[in-house]
Amino acid sequence: MNTIVKFLYGFRDWVDDRFPLMQNWNEHLAKYYAPKNFNFWYFFGSLALLVLVIQIITGIWLTMNYKPSADMAFASVEYIMRDVDWGWWIRYMHSTGASAFFITVYLHMYRGMLYGSYKQPRELIWILGMLVFFVLAGESFFGYLLPWGQMSYWGAQAITSMFGAIPVIGEDLSIWVRGDYVVSDVTLNRFFSLHVIALPLLLCGLVGAHILALHEVGSNNPDGIEIKKHKGPDGIPLDGIPFHPYYTVKDIVGAVVFLLGFFAVVFFWPEMGGYFLEHNNFFPANTLQTPEHIAPVWYFTPYYAMLRAIPDLLGGALVMGAALPIFFLLPWLDRSPVKSIRYRGWKFKTALAAFTIAFLGLGWLGIELATPVYTNLARFLTVVYFLFFILFPCYTSPTDSVVTKYYRAGVKWILRLILAYLVIDQLAVMLDDKQIIDNAFLGFVSGYALLVILIEVLGFYSLDIDKPVPDRVT
Amino acid sequence: MKQLVIFLTLLLTGSLAWAADSGPVMHADVDLSDQASLQRGAKIFVNYCQSCHAAAYMRYSRLGQDLGITVDVLKENLMFGTVKPGDTMTSNLSRDDAVQFFAMVPPDLSVTARARGADWLYTYFMTFYRDDSRPTGVNNLTFKDVAMPHILWEKQGWQRAVVKETQNADGSVTKEIEHLELETPGELTEVEYAALVRDLVNFMVYLGEPIKLKRYQIGGWVMVYLIILLLVVYLLKKEYWKDVH
Repeated sequence: MNTIVKFLYGFRDWVDDRFPLMQNWNEHLAKYYAPKNFNFWYFFGSLALLVLVIQIITGIWLTMNYKPSADMAFASVEYIMRDVDWGWWIRYMHSTGASAFFITVYLHMYRGMLYGSYKQPRELIWILGMLVFFVLAGESFFGYLLPWGQMSYWGAQAITSMFGAIPVIGEDLSIWVRGDYVVSDVTLNRFFSLHVIALPLLLCGLVGAHILALHEVGSNNPDGIEIKKHKGPDGIPLDGIPFHPYYTVKDIVGAVVFLLGFFAVVFFWPEMGGYFLEHNNFFPANTLQTPEHIAPVWYFTPYYAMLRAIPDLLGGALVMGAALPIFFLLPWLDRSPVKSIRYRGWKFKTALAAFTIAFLGLGWLGIELATPVYTNLARFLTVVYFLFFILFPCYTSPTDSVVTKYYRAGVKWILRLILAYLVIDQLAVMLDDKQIIDNAFLGFVSGYALLVILIEVLGFYSLDIDKPVPDRVT
Repeated sequence: MKQLVIFLTLLLTGSLAWAADSGPVMHADVDLSDQASLQRGAKIFVNYCQSCHAAAYMRYSRLGQDLGITVDVLKENLMFGTVKPGDTMTSNLSRDDAVQFFAMVPPDLSVTARARGADWLYTYFMTFYRDDSRPTGVNNLTFKDVAMPHILWEKQGWQRAVVKETQNADGSVTKEIEHLELETPGELTEVEYAALVRDLVNFMVYLGEPIKLKRYQIGGWVMVYLIILLLVVYLLKKEYWKDVH
């Protein structure tokens, strides 16, 4: 052994005597046994971590040149784009990274829904992950104000104004959040502080806790089978392989494929047709001129569509406010003994498909202008979105206990009343405007017929027959 | 509270319109690699636009470097007064004068091409027409009731709106501008004017993002590098996973 290698080993041992270096290396990488059957969907966790690193590093460099003041913010971004060496590259990585973060995190969450990764014993991993998502949403909202363009300004103005919908304290609350009667220099300064210090700290802490919790119970897999049930004589799961080197080398392949797409956007389509960088945001913030169409960035459009779909402002805000927190309940709404979609019955698959269509459909509607037909469609899809959760215990419960019986009965009548209200309300709108009848009557009728079928079938037939789950992973 | 509700309702229905743009969209078809076109565009920009507008995020020296213009030529043709090459392209019009002339400060044009798009700008410069009801004597099909006068009128000449009147069922008459036609020819023919506008828009697209052309070039190399890297890491993964069954 040559002297340099000897020295390095010596140094490692010196550290190891004073810090649990090898212990952590083994616990989290070299002797962390992950199921051998991870598929495509399992790349997005590590990719989200990669995007977090990209955002932090580019963010540090952006902060070196950005000026968080109403007078200079817009100009300092252009200064970064023109006068700072490679500033344009750093800025485009950061703006593309924001969208990439939501793409990877949404797919990571969807993986959890496909394979039941939120189910016992991983409830806490799911909750920590949801908290990560909430902090991320805040991080993106605060960061979006910083370029100080028209969309930045009016987007922040609209969102902070929404606190005003809360009875009694609302108005004072939104002034407290903004620190001013309208979004201003004061708001920009505090959003900057929250964006570069408060939320990133929280985000890193939560991501760390998310991974620690994962490594405590072990990873789920596409079969939804606990690999720890079958251990060899050495105590190592038979279907497990050490994370390092197997999944490190595999995740590197995923990372390079991801970076191909990521840098294709950064170098060739940084605006992404106005979805990653909105055209209107190249107008500096003008406090006197409201843009004709304030659209949120694409990753918030499903929730924006819900807000617009509800005619009452407070009601809309409540529905939108419930659409994400409801995910926290998923581990307890799911009554099925089976985790993976591979061994679940057709009812779960139908419900998940309906939810997927609703989510994507709402995302699209949030981009479009709200016409009466689109508003009705958004209302319909909002109902489908929530049905997925509300009916979850009904279509996943294998036995009809007293509790589920009452739940079924209660849900049945509440849903029927809501549906009746929606039908009557929309019929009234249609009778007022003949044009809507001509254009959308068929869609209206078939849409609500479909809803009734969804509710009756998913909610009231017990026992969604599953395929038998194999003993070992496939 | 009431104001807030009204504001949000308007916001949510997307009906707070402030610039009802209309008219056909023409295609600018710009080419950032056409340096001669960019140089001509720069000259028009400096001589016409910059009389009132600034491009305050752009430096003369950068412009010279990117467009292949030497400092001497730059000083002689594109820079006026006491400005130095390292200065940014500020306007020759003071704020007070601007407010007096136009009742507003003309917007900075550094990133206008990114906000409006090249086709919008091209169409805008093509669709000025005479309108005596406006203080400037002109109106614009693309940007209705714009405060800006037709600065390029000497080049294009004056256009007139051809109005089509349609009788509605209830007897009222709807007036609609059908198209514009050249009333008084300018210094340039229509083809020459279109080429001039194209040069100007080309320059404004460059102005919006000076790095754009270089960004594409670097991007190509990044893609090549990543594809080679992908091959290597894929083979590495395959080698490691040989013993997993």
